Amino acid sequence: MKKTSARYGMAFGLLGALLVLLLVWNINAGSVHLSPGEIFRILRGVCLGEGDTNYRIVWGIRLPRILAALILGGALSVSGFLLQTFFANPIAGPYVLGISSGAKLTVSLTMIFLLSRGMVSGSLALILAAFVGSLISMGFVLLISRRVRKMSILVICGVMIGYICSAVTDFVVTFAEDSNIVNLHNWSLGSFSGMSWDNVAVMGAVVGVTVALAFLLSKPIGAYQMGEVYAQNMGVNIKAFRVALILLSSVLSACVTAFAGPISFVGIAVPHLMKSLFRTAKPIVILPACFLGGGVFCLFCDLVARTVFAPTELSISSVTAVFGAPVVIYMMVSRRAKGASGGNLS
Amino acid sequence: MKDAYVYTDHMSVGYGGKALIEDINLHIHKGEIMTLIGPNGAGKSTILKSIIKQLSLVGGTVYLDGRAMAGMKDSEVARCLSVLMTERIHPELMTCEDVVATGRYPYTGRLGILSAEDRRIVRESLALVHGEALADRDFSAISDGQRQRILLARALCQEPEVIVLDEPTSVLDIRHKLELLGILKDMVRQRQLAVVMSLHELDLAQKVSDYVVCIHNNAVDRCGPPEEIFTAQYIMELYGTTRGSYNADFGCLELERVPGEPEVFVIGGGGRGIPVYRRLQRQGIPFAAGVLPENDLDFPVAQALAARVISVPAFAPVGEKAVAEAAEVMKGCREVLCPLDTFGPANEQNRRLLELAKQSGKLRASALNPEPCE
Repeated sequence: MKKTSARYGMAFGLLGALLVLLLVWNINAGSVHLSPGEIFRILRGVCLGEGDTNYRIVWGIRLPRILAALILGGALSVSGFLLQTFFANPIAGPYVLGISSGAKLTVSLTMIFLLSRGMVSGSLALILAAFVGSLISMGFVLLISRRVRKMSILVICGVMIGYICSAVTDFVVTFAEDSNIVNLHNWSLGSFSGMSWDNVAVMGAVVGVTVALAFLLSKPIGAYQMGEVYAQNMGVNIKAFRVALILLSSVLSACVTAFAGPISFVGIAVPHLMKSLFRTAKPIVILPACFLGGGVFCLFCDLVARTVFAPTELSISSVTAVFGAPVVIYMMVSRRAKGASGGNLS
Repeated sequence: MKDAYVYTDHMSVGYGGKALIEDINLHIHKGEIMTLIGPNGAGKSTILKSIIKQLSLVGGTVYLDGRAMAGMKDSEVARCLSVLMTERIHPELMTCEDVVATGRYPYTGRLGILSAEDRRIVRESLALVHGEALADRDFSAISDGQRQRILLARALCQEPEVIVLDEPTSVLDIRHKLELLGILKDMVRQRQLAVVMSLHELDLAQKVSDYVVCIHNNAVDRCGPPEEIFTAQYIMELYGTTRGSYNADFGCLELERVPGEPEVFVIGGGGRGIPVYRRLQRQGIPFAAGVLPENDLDFPVAQALAARVISVPAFAPVGEKAVAEAAEVMKGCREVLCPLDTFGPANEQNRRLLELAKQSGKLRASALNPEPCE
């Protein structure tokens, strides 16, 4: 017991240290470089008057973006963890199952519809649209999962759903008339840029509540990892629990998609990395770890996206894919090697 | 029937609202093991899954401690009933201790954090199945036998009044079969648990069960104490066995006898004949066995395998008539085997048969190893 607690403490410590490091680095990096002393001054809220551009850059642009990456990255990996629990399979995630793409489609439709009426879509409207899209895709995936019990086929179906949704989105975006479409195009590739404090407040509230609810479910999630039969015998109301998992994971991935577009592989890679780091799958530890780890991962990826080819910015999804996909491949290969079939679905 | 801990009142079970087995009335008492036996696909698992609410009932009611289970919360049921089912589970990164600890689920708080008392019960349950050494091992890396023991510890850790087990011993080797059922039997005695399980091992079912329920042809075919159920004729009928035979006294199975006129005569007795009979059966050689009193250890096996058995009633001396009959049969055989090496007053007549065989030159020197081992 002592040993595992020490391990958890060290792992959380490591994540915390990475978080602080990346926070400072992210504030520092960009077209204007800031010294740590300068950052500290700005963060304390000491403004040197109207002409203090550094202050405005940090508070107006970099901080909201950083917080968004943190919150949405966390949301994405928690969403992935919930889906993995639901399907009893570690390669489930909002992106590979086409849920992000479904959300992307409904969000772009909503944006274009509202823009054509001369309205700018608010955060909540976008989240709602994304949530509807997530649920529709999720519904498809669930329908398919009733017919095929093989996870690999389910993932292929998810990827297909993703392609269909992306194709329709591209089609709609191409033929949309508004000049704002440039933004829409950027968004549909995935990006943390252009976040406002209002956005951050809304996503913080939605993600905060949802993740807290998920954390409160960590006991039944742990039971569910033992399989449905045993979970039920332990007193878990399976039907209600499954609905809760679907709703929570859909809200989380919808929120991410509404603000930052589809972001790939975070939902699979981060939970896997966290389980390996903590050497446990206990939800009471892994849920917070996923949130923190997802935040750190996305901060890192966003840093790469915005600095490596500066001033050109990469789409966040390309960067998360570069770092996330190898983790996923490694995970699948090593599981095959171990002969673990990976739950009842694979 | 009030005192039954679990009582199924006209329960009908099946899938998708279609009844597979109807009108099941089982009374599972505390301190007793009820075993369901019957051929594959008869519906034993379906009944068990219906009792534990994994399948919804097609009709009837299941009472748990006098209350209808349908109206009880899952969490209430969980404190009374635990399970060990055949589903293979793949919990990720869980030690055996973690798996056992999941049995405390109905007793822990909102976040499922174990108290010191919970931990004590987890350790105690591990000790009951002699699994202390496995505590820190990864559950996915242990053997089937160890796995079933850990899952039994998990079921006990839930502190149930009744445990439902679906074929708990099917994949285990004999040592683990005996160990698992031994632990279960102890728990039933010490904790006055009620147990209902399905078993495929008839020999074990006969020995471990207090009450046996036979499922056959989509119905509860017969139920009763093991001594009523385990008769050769009924078991053959229950399983629709047409080849081979079942020995009710020992619970052992014999393959089908080789048809035809006896080619070899075996002079047996006292258990010495059994390995010879079985070897001849394997080699496909029809044989005769004699002269065996009906209470001889060799007699039931000879009866199952030999083309011809020359026997005398139990406790009776081997009379002249039997010897003459045996000598007659021996004449028709090309060879005589005699695994016996001791003769006493009770089998004096068999010594005479041996003499006859020697004279006729048909006696093979070594009965057990007719061909030298390579």
